[in-house]
Amino acid sequence: MELYQMTIHELHEKLAAKEISAKELTESVFSRIDDVEDKVKSYLTVTRENAFEQAHKIDEKIVAGEAVGPLAGIPTAIKDVMCTQGTRTTCGSKILDNFIPAYTSTAVQGLLDEGIVMTGKTNMDEFAMGSSTENSGFFTTRNPWDLERVPGGSSGGSAAAVAADEAIFSLGSDTGGSIRQPAALCGIVGLKPTYGLVSRYGLVAFASSLDQIGPFTKDVTDCAIVLNHLVGHDPMDSTSVMIDTPDYTKSLVNDLKGVKIGVPAELMAEGIDPKVKKVIEDALELMAKNGATVAETSLPNIEYALSAYYIIAPAEASSNLARFDGVRYGYRAPDAEDLMDMYLRTRAEGFGDEVKRRIMLGTYALSAGYYEAYYGQAQKVRTLITRDFNKAFEDFDVLVSPTSPTTAFKIGERVDNPLQMYLSDICTIPVNLAGLPGMSLPCGTVDGLPVGLQIMGKTLGEEMLLRVAYSFEQSFGWNEHPPL
Amino acid sequence: MEYESVIGLEIHVELDTESKMFCACSTRFGERPNTQTCPVCLGMPGSLPVANKKAIEYVIRSGLAVGCEISLYSQFHRKNYFYPDMPKDYQISQYDRPLCLAGSIDLDMETYETRLGITRIHLEEDTGKLIHIGGAGRIVGAEYSLVDFNRAGVPLMEIVSEPDMRTPEEAKAYARKLRAILISIGVSDCNMDKGSMRVDANISIRPKGATELGVKAELKNLNSFRSLQRALAYEIERQKKAIAEGEPIMQETRHWDETKGTTSTLRTKEYAHDYRYFPDPDLVPMEFDPTWIEGIRATLRELPDERKQRFITHYGLPAHDASLLTETKAMGDFFEETVTLYKGDPKAVSNWMLGDISYYLNTENLEIDETAVTPKHLAELLKLMDKGTISGKIAKEIFPEMFDTGKLPQIIVEEKGMTQISDESEIEKIIDMVLEENASAVREYHEGKERAFGFLVGQAMRLTKGRGNPQLINRLLREKLQG
Amino acid sequence: MAISEKEVKHVAWLARLGLTDAEVEKFTRQLDVILEHAGKISSLDLAQIPPTSHAIPLKNVLREDRVGTCLTPEDALSNAPKTEDQAFAVPRIV
Repeated sequence: MELYQMTIHELHEKLAAKEISAKELTESVFSRIDDVEDKVKSYLTVTRENAFEQAHKIDEKIVAGEAVGPLAGIPTAIKDVMCTQGTRTTCGSKILDNFIPAYTSTAVQGLLDEGIVMTGKTNMDEFAMGSSTENSGFFTTRNPWDLERVPGGSSGGSAAAVAADEAIFSLGSDTGGSIRQPAALCGIVGLKPTYGLVSRYGLVAFASSLDQIGPFTKDVTDCAIVLNHLVGHDPMDSTSVMIDTPDYTKSLVNDLKGVKIGVPAELMAEGIDPKVKKVIEDALELMAKNGATVAETSLPNIEYALSAYYIIAPAEASSNLARFDGVRYGYRAPDAEDLMDMYLRTRAEGFGDEVKRRIMLGTYALSAGYYEAYYGQAQKVRTLITRDFNKAFEDFDVLVSPTSPTTAFKIGERVDNPLQMYLSDICTIPVNLAGLPGMSLPCGTVDGLPVGLQIMGKTLGEEMLLRVAYSFEQSFGWNEHPPL
Repeated sequence: MEYESVIGLEIHVELDTESKMFCACSTRFGERPNTQTCPVCLGMPGSLPVANKKAIEYVIRSGLAVGCEISLYSQFHRKNYFYPDMPKDYQISQYDRPLCLAGSIDLDMETYETRLGITRIHLEEDTGKLIHIGGAGRIVGAEYSLVDFNRAGVPLMEIVSEPDMRTPEEAKAYARKLRAILISIGVSDCNMDKGSMRVDANISIRPKGATELGVKAELKNLNSFRSLQRALAYEIERQKKAIAEGEPIMQETRHWDETKGTTSTLRTKEYAHDYRYFPDPDLVPMEFDPTWIEGIRATLRELPDERKQRFITHYGLPAHDASLLTETKAMGDFFEETVTLYKGDPKAVSNWMLGDISYYLNTENLEIDETAVTPKHLAELLKLMDKGTISGKIAKEIFPEMFDTGKLPQIIVEEKGMTQISDESEIEKIIDMVLEENASAVREYHEGKERAFGFLVGQAMRLTKGRGNPQLINRLLREKLQG
Repeated sequence: MAISEKEVKHVAWLARLGLTDAEVEKFTRQLDVILEHAGKISSLDLAQIPPTSHAIPLKNVLREDRVGTCLTPEDALSNAPKTEDQAFAVPRIV
């Protein structure tokens, strides 16, 4: 087994025992990048030189006998939506092609302080708007399981990088499913934590009330390890929760006895590929066999979730993306006649179509005369959906559904139909609207493509999510790899 | 037809906090461009705001000082519009949940008293500063512009009045009174030159007695109380003339030109913004505990109106004097300190402050605490007069030098040899000289022409170069003439 | 039609997006489909339902009034497309 194929917990043991050095591990991962990156195209920027410097520092520490944490020396890919001081941060957009942040996001800084080796910044749909990376301003990332197919999105580069062993783990961001859906399509573990659990400072905002950073890992244990170092109150983020964070690795218990699992009927209905549905049903059966009680439940207002989401997210985005105006950073259209000309052309030339669509959609939903009918109503629907979840969680510990209605679709298949593309987020969006944690883990394949099982939890219910996911993982014994 | 004007003011005040509204950058004024910025106030991608507690306290304090209801629940909204001085291309402001609602200010207009309503007070962030290059520094005609974000994000309080004012004088008095209150409670220096207080006026006219409002114009660039009053007076006449000539009044923003003394169109309603306000998802709501608000109330210092009452009852000043002396905190403080040092008649202190001192301040466009003169100067000056060391006339003469140099009156008097001559024998000698040289005037006096007495006093003063004690001259001259 | 070309043009102007006529036509078509779908919720009777603008019920997150470190002007201006005299330069405004 190659080093790049291993998990964080396996590698940490080897590093701590001085069986391998961080340099060797970094070399292994970069040799893998050299081998497959041309095919997969996970990265927008590869930071090889910095990575070896970081690895060297960790090796010095280990040699000096200093104790290092579980993430020290671990090659890590970062979605290009998180600011990294001195390293180009594009958000997958031409408008930020040459943008080099003057500061590092809190989440990334936390991992750097733990000694990660950053391998680079990964491809994504422009400003995280999309479900396939086809909206990247640069290129489309390929699904390592089938290079003709999308890896999902918007964090497609981060998901593909881990699935293709081009990083041991990675960070993504999830506004409507952008961690869970690509994790599902790429056959890895992805977690969107409770809103406010991970600082958003330095995460370039798409929809501020929905965005949340989370990890992509190869297994549930790694997920818990990374989560331990992502969470925590950040005084720079007003929406960061103030809680005593637990040791999430303590939740890695293989025990489903007495766990009550609800299955929202609306998320197993038409629109879900029957083959995907079958895989999910098998997974539920396995969990029931291991002691969980599984029963159907209902989230009656979920049929309005997509509508509410596609009003709220664009509305916030229309405001968040106003700052890309050519004044202080980023692209500026050349030879502008006056300020208005500069604004209009900078934004016309800098943004791609999907970003323009959503900015216009959001601007429209907030504009005079339409606010109440669209944005106002959407915020109320958000209340209804939160109530639905609260009610369901009176009876259940977690809710389970498919992560995505289908497996990975073909590149180009949905680009001309934005609405159909939006429908691929149907299972993941409700959790963002309610601010809840959601996780996707592999639970089988359909026609050789991975299927993701979504587990949704109560506010700050990450420990229960991890317990259920870990138990399932142990009994299911997923051991398939992309045929790269 | 007779018209009345309807005026409302929107006053922006930069709060006197150490750090900015949503980040930890300093608010210091006058630093080199873009030295007080960070990812937050530059609107860098990924940065997030965290609200300054002190600024919120200051707004609540202001609200309490003008009798507002303080909202127990309040929220920040985003006001969306593109402008290069605004880093995020939206301003964090407040919309339907401002911190303070429904207050008022009482005005003493000499011939009548009136109460003017305050609709709301809300908190927002200031914008950066634009420097226009070419075109004589004006936006119109400039070749391009430069942006300095040092001011971007400084806490800005907006106080919106009801359209309760009927004359430019009321508008001016309201703005002055508000300024006095805000300075006295220590939330801002309200310096109009530095732009820490900015006044915009909404003005419309309507037939007297009408209840409906006319079409309003918003006046900008009112950089002093004087320009506020002048601009409103001009605008009222302009609107009256337009109506008389059958021209429609447009809803528009107009720019006041201080040199020309006219207003001109800046932008019309067609270009009115659609600000698309919505609750800022990056900032969580505020819910205040009433006991916390009462705590702020308890720290409020004496307000100008209360001080005025105290000046009347405690110092026995006329209401008019008390009003003027309490208009700014600095004037009131100066008065009280002088009275304490002087220990004499408070009315004498008031007379000097409202007379010579105010005249000097107005001419030089200074505040009392911006001059070299301290309460010690005035108290000493008054004592010298009481002791008879100098005459009132001399006092007025040394006064400008005191302001210019900051020297104490005693020193100036000694340096210039201006001490009053109160020595009887010395005065007697001078009077003897006067009587000898002015035989005809002495005769006229004896013929009953009292005017001649005044002439002789004047001659004596002339010979003493104004330093003779007038009372003494009067007495001795009378004695000699009659004796 | 949920949205007209005229409205798309206005919205694009508000958002400072320069669009060609062909783009106006294309976006109008696409936005119309999306708004048709999203508009489902416009007709719901939600008068009694309070709006949710934040995913979690935090309140009063405030900072003390303390001065921290700023960026150097060099860092502040390092990504600027055009600068002059330590300031950001923009084309003429009017």
